[in-house]
Amino acid sequence: MAQILFEDTEEQHEKLMKCIGKHRGERGALMPVLHEAQDIYGYLPYEVQTLIATELGVSLAEVFGVATFYSRFSLTPKGKHQVSVCLGTACYVKGSDKVLDEVEKELGIKCGECKEDRSFSLDSCRCVGACGLAPVMIVDGEVYGRMTAAQVKGILDKHKD
Amino acid sequence: MTREELAKIAAEGADKINVRRLVREQAEKLAPQTGYRKQVLVCGGTGCTSSHSLKVIEQLEASLKELEIDDVLIVKTGCFGLCALGPIMIVYPEGAFYPHMTPEHVKTVAEKHLVPGGEPVKDLLFQETVKEDGTIMPFAEVPFYKHQMRIALRNCGVIAAEDIREAIAAGDYSALAKVLFEMTPDEVIAEVKKAGLRGRGGAGFPTGVKWQSCKDAKGDVKYICCNADEGDPGAFMDRSVLEGDPNTVLEAMTIAGYVVNAHQGFIYVRAEYPIAVDRLNIAIAQARELGLLGKNILGSGFDFDIEIRLGAGAFVCGEETALMESIEGKRGEPRPRPPFSAQSGVYRKPTVLNNVETWASINPILTKGADWFASIGTAKSHGTKVFALGGKINNVGLVEVPMGTTLRTIIYDIGGGIPNGKKFKAAQTGGPSGGCIPAKYLDVGMDFDNLVAIGSMMGSGGLIVMDEDTCMVDIAKFYLEFTADESCGKCIPCRVGTKRLLELLQKICDGKGEPDDLVKVKEIAQHMKTSSLCALGQSAPNPILSTMEHFEDEYWAHIYEKRCPAGVCKALLNYYIQPDKCRGCTLCARNCPAKAISGTVKEPHVIDTTKCIKCGLCMSNCRFGAIIKR
Repeated sequence: MAQILFEDTEEQHEKLMKCIGKHRGERGALMPVLHEAQDIYGYLPYEVQTLIATELGVSLAEVFGVATFYSRFSLTPKGKHQVSVCLGTACYVKGSDKVLDEVEKELGIKCGECKEDRSFSLDSCRCVGACGLAPVMIVDGEVYGRMTAAQVKGILDKHKD
Repeated sequence: MTREELAKIAAEGADKINVRRLVREQAEKLAPQTGYRKQVLVCGGTGCTSSHSLKVIEQLEASLKELEIDDVLIVKTGCFGLCALGPIMIVYPEGAFYPHMTPEHVKTVAEKHLVPGGEPVKDLLFQETVKEDGTIMPFAEVPFYKHQMRIALRNCGVIAAEDIREAIAAGDYSALAKVLFEMTPDEVIAEVKKAGLRGRGGAGFPTGVKWQSCKDAKGDVKYICCNADEGDPGAFMDRSVLEGDPNTVLEAMTIAGYVVNAHQGFIYVRAEYPIAVDRLNIAIAQARELGLLGKNILGSGFDFDIEIRLGAGAFVCGEETALMESIEGKRGEPRPRPPFSAQSGVYRKPTVLNNVETWASINPILTKGADWFASIGTAKSHGTKVFALGGKINNVGLVEVPMGTTLRTIIYDIGGGIPNGKKFKAAQTGGPSGGCIPAKYLDVGMDFDNLVAIGSMMGSGGLIVMDEDTCMVDIAKFYLEFTADESCGKCIPCRVGTKRLLELLQKICDGKGEPDDLVKVKEIAQHMKTSSLCALGQSAPNPILSTMEHFEDEYWAHIYEKRCPAGVCKALLNYYIQPDKCRGCTLCARNCPAKAISGTVKEPHVIDTTKCIKCGLCMSNCRFGAIIKR
């Protein structure tokens, strides 16, 4: 996968600084700040981690340690459209692995990767709690239930620009 | 707010709530007093929202406006339990249950049922509620609900989840008022102990003992925590409580704060549950506004407040010490115990940590009495347990049953059995820490001790049903993939053990297993159980050990015969054309990307298994069902 350069807008930077200001001095501030930073940028670039470390007065190693520990924090960028296939037990028993295979084939990327043009990224997740609709796939926050491999292409096409 | 003002809010809303709880005749009598001719409840839980229940509410509002109906109340509730039928809508006072609602259906219901003098639309009703003679029975009498007993879920799907006044009218905060003004901390602990409440998070530790030990711990600052990091895949009962009745958790945490003399609470909730987080935030804001959280609660002089901390997708954070590390903003790695969290928890201060469902059981225990609670369930496991039924079962959803209810009742009476006439093979409880229960134990009563005795565990309450098409070796591998992925890496037995176990299972599934591998599995498992730091590593081998015990023949088939009896493990499968069904249409041969199929027109074709890449294209293309996997 090609290296995608970090881009920062003034608006994003301002938002991040405001969030850091809100939590500065609080105990246990790192996690909430990382959550917001991830929401602002879609991932946690090296530059953002450095800034958070400096501003909160903790070492970069600590920030990196926390950022890499939790699966929700990502160090690589996500696509404009984010696809996620649930591999929780209820979905797995109902064949969500086959749905994931099909999405990988259709998008031409592996799970956890992002397309070079940043149009789509693909992840798996462990249970979104919609077990009644198993197997489920989530595209840009919209949940598609009772998935079959045959439906994958149509749904992805719907989300293409 | 004072205690009297709280009682006033409760009294004002009581009729409205009772219409949803009473039997039809009484509810119909009561309805006119509430100012609403009908009440329409629409599920706003994650399951139904995913199947677009919010569009149902929008359409409902539009239709009522169009028809100029202003005496019908729309209530957005939490989960009704029957997630497989979502989006669900229930109309009171008659208790008419409409499944699979769409905006078009809503229009029809509004025009024919919700208008004055309207009647339920039978075609759209849940068919199990329509009797043979055409009359309608209340949905509470269908098998799915009839065998249940709702304590923790008592308000889920009954009240508006985002309105604290409805929660108060349904009884929330009444236990808090009683405790603050009528009971000493020791009396509360005695009551909880007498009720025999055991932690619903998995291990079943007695809640009263935990509270006592934290109360006795020295320290001026103490904390109360709620574990809402429901990471066990396939379990969603805690989420449903938070989405349907968040106030019951706030209330119970405040009670525990009063008991151990803590003034700060934390709710550690998964970020993957956005609706639950929203509702918690709303509930906390409303509780603060009414003075049910904050300074001088109900004028009693007791101060308590609650903060939410978001998890970030780490299964190990469901372990109590890892959760506390995470609340402190660090990597969620477990601490060695002792000291236990009751003496040294969040920020090394004495801390009470309970799971959501445990908190949800506190109010009923204190208002209805410990004796009532203790009378439900089995000798050593009192009360009820919520299970998230999933997998190969007809009625996927949430069920709450008295402890000791048999698996057979849950799967066949409540769950409606296995779809497509398939045979039951196993039920998995306890998630990645639990085990698989085979058919011979269908009649064992489900409680904490029985489940451990048959090699599984209660866990948080996920119950995944598997049929004959599920390969038990593959399922064990699935859970090991999960624990290997989620192992935090702090201690070696877990970090290395999960990896090695997974490699052995992968080898077996690939058809390269050797008889000696099972011996190795047992040895590694034993070391992990005795020497891992926390429960994640100690229990990670359970899925393998229980499947090896109950389904040893499947392991043997994989190892000795290089065969997957359930037809799941790809490496062990071969595609095969049944000569008697093949018409020789050549479609499969033309589509085969590996050119592995040969044959002449109108003659049965043959697959060369040495060339076959097992893509399955031939099978999905065959119009005569001639191709099988075996």
